[in-house]
Amino acid sequence: MTKVVLPELGTGIEKATISYWFFNPGEKVNEKDDLVELTTDKATFNLPSPATGILTEILIPVGEPAHVGEILAIIE
Amino acid sequence: MEFKLFDLGLIEFKQAWHFQKVVFAQVKEGVFPSALILCQHYPVITLGRLSDKRNILASQDELKAKGVGIFQIERGGDVTYHGPGQLIVYPVFNLQLFKKDIHLFLRRLEEVAIDLLSDFGVIGSRRPGLTGVWVHKNKIASIGIAIKNWINFHGLSINIKKDDLSGFRMIKPCGMDIEMTSLENETGRDIGIETIKENLITKFKDI
Repeated sequence: MTKVVLPELGTGIEKATISYWFFNPGEKVNEKDDLVELTTDKATFNLPSPATGILTEILIPVGEPAHVGEILAIIE
Repeated sequence: MEFKLFDLGLIEFKQAWHFQKVVFAQVKEGVFPSALILCQHYPVITLGRLSDKRNILASQDELKAKGVGIFQIERGGDVTYHGPGQLIVYPVFNLQLFKKDIHLFLRRLEEVAIDLLSDFGVIGSRRPGLTGVWVHKNKIASIGIAIKNWINFHGLSINIKKDDLSGFRMIKPCGMDIEMTSLENETGRDIGIETIKENLITKFKDI
């Protein structure tokens, strides 16, 4: 099981809003695929998948904030 | 920062959007370390990822009659308008060669615009919490970026000519009640866009 965690994004950035999930739960993802896009201020940024497997769970939906270090999804 | 320069002139948004993605792939592959794309767009409305379509004030019929397309794109920020007379700057910069800090890059883009304005005697400033560059209470430069694998695309638009501002009436820029201004409005002079480009390129080299 791999936890997808929101990494450090820069000085003073504590959270970002989920703006797009590139996959649905149950779908297969490959390592380095674009997995989720987040928004902070006037910037979006992507988070590539850290592993190959099935995206079993999305823990934070589009429009909701995520904090640095928080688990966004599970890949198994 | 070292970059390859592309000046696309006046170009449809859709074509420049595609071009950005081609250049992005080249930066990702290391063909060149970074790139700076300059252009102007025919009238177009773009919506950032979490934008509200209600911020487009013009009707579908009006937009169709004027030939103004609408594009939902992957950048941050809400709705904006682009048209001839606005200088569009897409820095396809590899932030791994700069600093992996999203907000710092946004602040640097503002700084570039503020420095550029000062070359022409205009004092631009930031407003806390409102990314962009302002002259008094009016906005002169807008920013919306997308970062993938720490490579940036999309960017900055700077209002140069006074004529281009009417297009903003079709929208509620950034979802707020904002008055726009331009370099021509502020200086009372019609400064050649080529001169502005030269100055801008120098600012980006120093970023």
